[in-house]
Amino acid sequence: MFGEYSLGDLGSIFAMQGFAGLILFSVYLLMALGLAIIFGQMGVINMAHGEFMILGAYVTWLTAEFFTSHLPALFSIYFFVAMALAFCAAGALGMLVEWALIRRLYKRPLDTLLATWGLSLILQQVYRSVFGPREVGVTLPDWMMGSLPITDVIEVQINGLFVMGLTVIITIAVFLMIFHSRFGQQIRAVVQNRQMAGAVGIDTEKVDRLTFGLGCGIAGVAGSAFTMIGSTGPTAGQLYIVDTFLIVVFGGAASLFGTIASAFTISQTQSTLEFFLSGSMAKVITLLTVVAILMLRPQGLFTLKVRR
Amino acid sequence: MKRAPTFMDRKDLLALATVAVILLIVFPALLDGFRLNLVGKYLTYAFVAVGLVLCWGYGGILSLGQGVFFALGGYGMAMYLKLEASSVENTKIQSTPGIPDFMDWNQITELPLFWQPFHSFPLTLILIVLAPALFAFVIGSAMFKRRVSGVYFAIITQALAAIATILIIGQQGYTGGVNGITDLRTLHGWDIRTDQAKFILYFVNAALLLGVVVAAMFVRDSKLGRILVAMRDKEDRVRFSGYSVANFQIFVFCLAGVFAAIGGAMFTLQVGFMSPSLVGIVPSIEMVIFTAVGGRLSILGAIYGTLAVNFAKTSLSESFPELWLLGLGGLFIAVVAVFPNGLAGLWRDYAQPFIDKALKLRSVDPADPGAEVAKQAAAAAE
Repeated sequence: MFGEYSLGDLGSIFAMQGFAGLILFSVYLLMALGLAIIFGQMGVINMAHGEFMILGAYVTWLTAEFFTSHLPALFSIYFFVAMALAFCAAGALGMLVEWALIRRLYKRPLDTLLATWGLSLILQQVYRSVFGPREVGVTLPDWMMGSLPITDVIEVQINGLFVMGLTVIITIAVFLMIFHSRFGQQIRAVVQNRQMAGAVGIDTEKVDRLTFGLGCGIAGVAGSAFTMIGSTGPTAGQLYIVDTFLIVVFGGAASLFGTIASAFTISQTQSTLEFFLSGSMAKVITLLTVVAILMLRPQGLFTLKVRR
Repeated sequence: MKRAPTFMDRKDLLALATVAVILLIVFPALLDGFRLNLVGKYLTYAFVAVGLVLCWGYGGILSLGQGVFFALGGYGMAMYLKLEASSVENTKIQSTPGIPDFMDWNQITELPLFWQPFHSFPLTLILIVLAPALFAFVIGSAMFKRRVSGVYFAIITQALAAIATILIIGQQGYTGGVNGITDLRTLHGWDIRTDQAKFILYFVNAALLLGVVVAAMFVRDSKLGRILVAMRDKEDRVRFSGYSVANFQIFVFCLAGVFAAIGGAMFTLQVGFMSPSLVGIVPSIEMVIFTAVGGRLSILGAIYGTLAVNFAKTSLSESFPELWLLGLGGLFIAVVAVFPNGLAGLWRDYAQPFIDKALKLRSVDPADPGAEVAKQAAAAAE
């Protein structure tokens, strides 16, 4: 399959596809981070995660519309406002869902899976009724348009770069939060031993609710970033949910570092294969490889040693 | 001490007879040909639902990839029918006569190797049972031997359903792509498109379903069934008692897969096509909801659940398509949060006592493990 390309061409192809893969990596990682927090830390399967992401995307779209009609002068910075709003909206909905539904089901993870699937169907229908079945796209501010030429054959899009930068910042923020803040300490304590955490005075129910809200909020930000590279429709979230779950499981459910590594591996493999094979075969081969590896090594790439 | 369940006690026989009367007498007498065919189509999903009762309800293994097994059966049958419909005389306008039309459109000039066995009817029937069993065995042994279970298994089977759909749609020349395998005409020379054929196929389907139900009841009431329940509730204890947990899990997963495949094959025969729209994530998880609505521990409940959800789907999505998704979503939530034992649980808690009282039927304690689960669920919900 490499035969008809010269070495220089191959280099450029790998660089370009690598960059496309990095954008895919950013979206995957942003989605997977939220999921890894919820699944890895709480053991809850949130099938509606994609819909939380889409909520963030719709919030971003609404903000863009609002700035266009009311505050055109500030349009170039609307995105930062939108991101904050997306985080709050998705996080608030997440906490509401945790309070109303999830907390009753902590002992039955398989049932949580079915209930959140139901929730995702409801949210999809709500989006369809409110925003219409057609996909919507946001207008990017001028400074995000265009691309930067690196060499004469390789160029990178500015919005792609921005999304990557954003991903790096959010990932670092999540790491600092989990490993260097009081709240993160409480989350980890609850994960490692719920009873003991409760015994030393941590309000485990509150930690659960906030953790769930945090995971959903990050999904909202992911949706916000998603609008910059694609359009949003009511069912867009479902397209990513299986991939993201595989990423989290592949990385090792309780390891945030594993999530990053596996998101990187999967997105790079997929986008590199996509150039040489048809898109569907690239996806099939990537997913099959992941499933095969998971069958041989079910605990994923990285594991956290915890006494259960 | 509770009495061990006996296979086909009086209660089971009564319930089974009721279902048989409904399927074999009431529906054919009341419904016109079109509606009866529709019910027949729903009943093919009930095969999957019955398999899931054993696999998920009793074994505690939630598979979100049952659509793959449904497809293995459905596509197997469809390939046989398609080859019969693409005889050399029927396809002489093609550039390569004698191969299915979609292959010709995709510039394939030779029948692929994996299509070859489907020239023979007995071989097709064998493969419809064998292929899903083998596939389930491979998946099951890879996962259960490594003690993968619960949500991990659910996610991986869901990924398999996603992969199968992408593969079928992507490989248009070999599988018929997104349209599936259509334009099926005869089964071993017998035209399956006539009203009379559809009427006969309905009865074949219903009889097969009843057979599957009896088989499932046999498994449930055997020692194997008890071990399944024990495994679901305390896997480690069963393992320490010297049982090979993985082998039991593999067996029940294979059994559910074979049931689903039989359903798939009957689907193709009755509906006249097979397409990837019945394979992927969404149909696979919908099959789980049929089981859940019927009651995850009730084999006959699975049939009622399948019929109820599908009747609701057909009538709601005809008149209020927006409402259907909301309703289905609500059903998913209600069935886990409010009535975890589904219709069967409602029946047992509310209707059964009245009937027992009216008939003065001495209630035979079925040592129903469902009661335990209901208690646990109620405790968890507190």
